Order: sequence, then C-alpha cells, then structure tokens
Amino acid sequence: MAILKVTDMAVNYGMIQAVKGISFEVEEGEIVALIGANGAGKTTTLHTVTGMIPAKSGKIEFDGADITKVPAHKIVSMGLAHVPEGRRVFAQLSVLENLKMGAYTRKDKEEIERSLANVYQRFPRLEERKAQLAGTLSGGEQQMLAMGRALMSHPKMIVMDEPSMGLSPLYVSEIFKIIQEINASGTTVLLVEQNAKKALSIANKAYVLETGKIVLSGDARELMNDDSVKKAYLSE
Amino acid sequence: MLTSILEQLINGLRTGSIYALIALGYTMVYGIAKMINFAHGDIIMVGAYTLYIGIALLHLPVIPAMILTAVVCSVLGVLIEKIAYKPLRKAPPLAVLITAIGMSYFLQSMALLIFSSTPIPFKSVINLETVQIGSVHISGITIITLLVTTITMVALTLFINKTRAGSAMRAVSEDRGAAELMGINVNKTISMTFAIGSALAAVAGILYICQYQSLRPTLGALPGIKAFVAAVLGGIGSVPGAMLGGIVLGIIESLAKAYISTELADAIVFGVLVIVLLVRPAGLLGKKKLVKV
Repeated sequence: MAILKVTDMAVNYGMIQAVKGISFEVEEGEIVALIGANGAGKTTTLHTVTGMIPAKSGKIEFDGADITKVPAHKIVSMGLAHVPEGRRVFAQLSVLENLKMGAYTRKDKEEIERSLANVYQRFPRLEERKAQLAGTLSGGEQQMLAMGRALMSHPKMIVMDEPSMGLSPLYVSEIFKIIQEINASGTTVLLVEQNAKKALSIANKAYVLETGKIVLSGDARELMNDDSVKKAYLSE
Repeated sequence: MLTSILEQLINGLRTGSIYALIALGYTMVYGIAKMINFAHGDIIMVGAYTLYIGIALLHLPVIPAMILTAVVCSVLGVLIEKIAYKPLRKAPPLAVLITAIGMSYFLQSMALLIFSSTPIPFKSVINLETVQIGSVHISGITIITLLVTTITMVALTLFINKTRAGSAMRAVSEDRGAAELMGINVNKTISMTFAIGSALAAVAGILYICQYQSLRPTLGALPGIKAFVAAVLGGIGSVPGAMLGGIVLGIIESLAKAYISTELADAIVFGVLVIVLLVRPAGLLGKKKLVKV
C-alpha cells in the first residue's frame, strides 16, 4: 500500500509555477529518491508534502488521510517527519534540547525516553555532545542531529532534503549508511538528493524531476543504467 | 557624597527595572515575530488607565484591580497582533513598522477620546514606609518595584528555559520554519509571546503610575521609547540583554539627572545608545547572526 500518494500536485512559488502537476507514490517500507538539477522543484515538492507551502492544485494523501490542506505543524503528529535542507538545527539550543523539540508533539515521557535512547544508540556522537549548543557541531554532526530530531517524533515516514549537502566524502557515506539503517528499522524514506549516484544506489524507486515535471521514473537500479540519467546526473 | 551616589544608583535601578520590564516585551516580540511593536509603550498607558478604572471607578481592591490590568493588557496585546500584524506576516517589514506606529497613535487617540487630554491625578496604591539603611533612604515604591521586577524576571527566565512552551518560543525565535516542522503551532506561540509581553507591560504600567501619579493618554510614549532603546542597547532579541539594557539605561539616566543636568539627561541616554551601537552594533549581549550556507 502506498503510504504517500501525490496526485497532480502543482505549486506556485510567487509568480513562478515551480511544480507543474506531478504524481508519485511511496510504498510503505521503501526508500524513494527524487533526483534532479538545482531548481527542478525537489525542495518545493517536499515542502508542499509536509504543509510548509500550500499546493495550488492536486491531492496529497498520507497514510490514508488527505493532508493537502493540513498545516505543517499538524503533519508531524500524523507520522510524517521532515529533515530540512541545510539541516536547520536550533543553533542556540543544546543537542538534547534539539532532540526534545523533535518530540514536541508527543506526550508519553517514557516513550520519549525510549526514542532518545534509540537515537543515542544510532548516533553515539550526539550523546557525547548532548549538552553542547547545536551551533557548535560540525556539519556532519548537525546532519545527524537533524535526523535524530526527526526520529524523535517516532515517524512512519521521513522526508530528507539533501542530507549529504556540504559534507565531507567520509560523512556522505556514513549518512547514506544511516539512511539505510533507519529504513531497515521500518521507517519509509523519501529522499531528495543532488548526489544522484548515491541516492540511486540505496533507493528502491526513483523519480527524475526536470523544471517542475517528472520526466522519468522507475526502479532505481534501472534508472542508474539509463543513458539519459547517466548523461545528465551521474557524470562526475 | 557616598550616600547621595548610592541613593541615585538605587533610583536608577528602580527606573531601570521598569524600563527592563517594558524592554522584555519589545525584545521577545522581536525575537519571535521579527518586528518592532511600537504600540508596546501604549500598552503601559492602557494598563495605567485600567488600574485607575479598577480602583477609582469600580472600587475594586488593589490586587484584583492589578489582575484586571494584567488581563486587559494581555488580551489587548493578543488582539492587536491578530487584527493588525498577523495579516501582514508575509508583508515587507516597512509595512509592519508603519502599522505598528499607526496602532500606537490609535491607542493614544482612543484614550484621548475617552479620558480627554487633562491629566488625571492618581494616588499610588503601593503605600510602604521609606526604609533607612545606614544613611541611605529607600522609598517603599522602590523596594516594591525592585522586588516585583526581580521575581518577574526570574519567573520569566525559568519559563523560557525550563518549560515546553518556553522552548517552543526559543525554537520559533530561531527558525520559524524548522519549529513548524517540529509540530509547533507558530501562530499560537506568537500570540503567547504578545500576551506575556503585554502582561509585563501591565506590571510596568502599574509600577510606573504609582511613581508618577498622573494619567495622560501619552504617558506610555516616553518610557516606551526608552525601553526600546534599552532593548536595542542590550541586544534586541536577547532576553538577558533587555534586562541588562533597561537597568544600565535607568542608572545612566539617574546619574545624569543628579550630577550633570536634568534637561540633558535624555540626550545623554540616547547618546550612550549611539556610542554603544557604534562599538557593538548588535548591542551589549546581542549575537551577531552567523549565516551558514
């Protein structure tokens, strides 16, 4: 069953139509990659899915519910978390406070503690630095914090926007490994990446966006061998 | 000489802590809504008139009249935000600024219509004997003012740093979008900030009017603008900065009045602001914004 179903979604960004009626689906348990060049509409798509920008037309369904008009702050508690582009951790808050913000909508203290223990287990570095201000972490650590923060809401699905952006190659590999682990533990992942090669290597399915339209979609491995994809996105 | 300096310092501390209470409203609203609420000073005026109505016209006991004042100011603050500022959430900052100035004149004009421009005498509701420590005299109102502001600031600091709602405020103030992604209702948080800021202005209004004992529709303007200066001096957006800025400003003003010139005191206060901003553009405790790409 599709956990996320987007139908004919169009989005305006000011005067510009950034997304021109796209449809895609994410099955439960999958990693789905959304790849494309700068300005193709990837981030806009994610922002619309999680309610940060309103859709001009079309329909977004998550976990069986129509969320097209649901405001961003209500979407988290439905089980959909968003790791934003550029990480956007709260720099003036400690690592622990950041993680607790991730569990803002949850009430059960014991379950929150359990999630915190899980996050610390996955990211031991965050536990070591829990009292430190998030702004003092390195880029890679901040990315881990942003992911940990999203996991604190105990989501069914996480959308991740450019998690590898600006990271050293060492961290890039680690982040992709972590995404696979998060997925393996039962969380569905929708991934937006400019690093198409890495994204396709861990995804089940992928969609290629070009100037606001989906131009290609299919099995991630097949797309990796597609000539047009190779030429446009996989050249190094 | 020493006695006189000490007394002036304590006077400064008293005026300064009132500025600090008002400055907190400016700085919190700026932190959360990224706007300068120029109608904030007039909330003090509304508070002062509400206290007057409660005591002189409704014959309420002092404490209920004060609670009424705080409630009226909080509700007014929230309403102002909802009616005048919220529709402009995505408008250019200049439009919001002009609206805020307009709101300030609106409140003053309403008070003018209702109460006329004739000052209304007001008898302080805080009656405490002057205390003498050594050769230093401290008036009752000063003691109450210092006590109330200290308690208020400690409570506010605990609220901001230790509660869920407080951390939501800090999150929104740092990154509104990311806070939304955490499930924080940004509109509610902004309303709450206006309510708290206006309640602080009500407290300041009560203390202020008990000291100056005369009601005019424009009474909020000068403390309002000075508290704004205090907030900028301390670093706008910083809560400890507003507290420090208010107290520093009050002390400078008091010393300038006593030892330099009463007429020049305000000029000196604003002069200090200019100098501080030349040396530290972000204010005493303000942080320079780091932009990471």
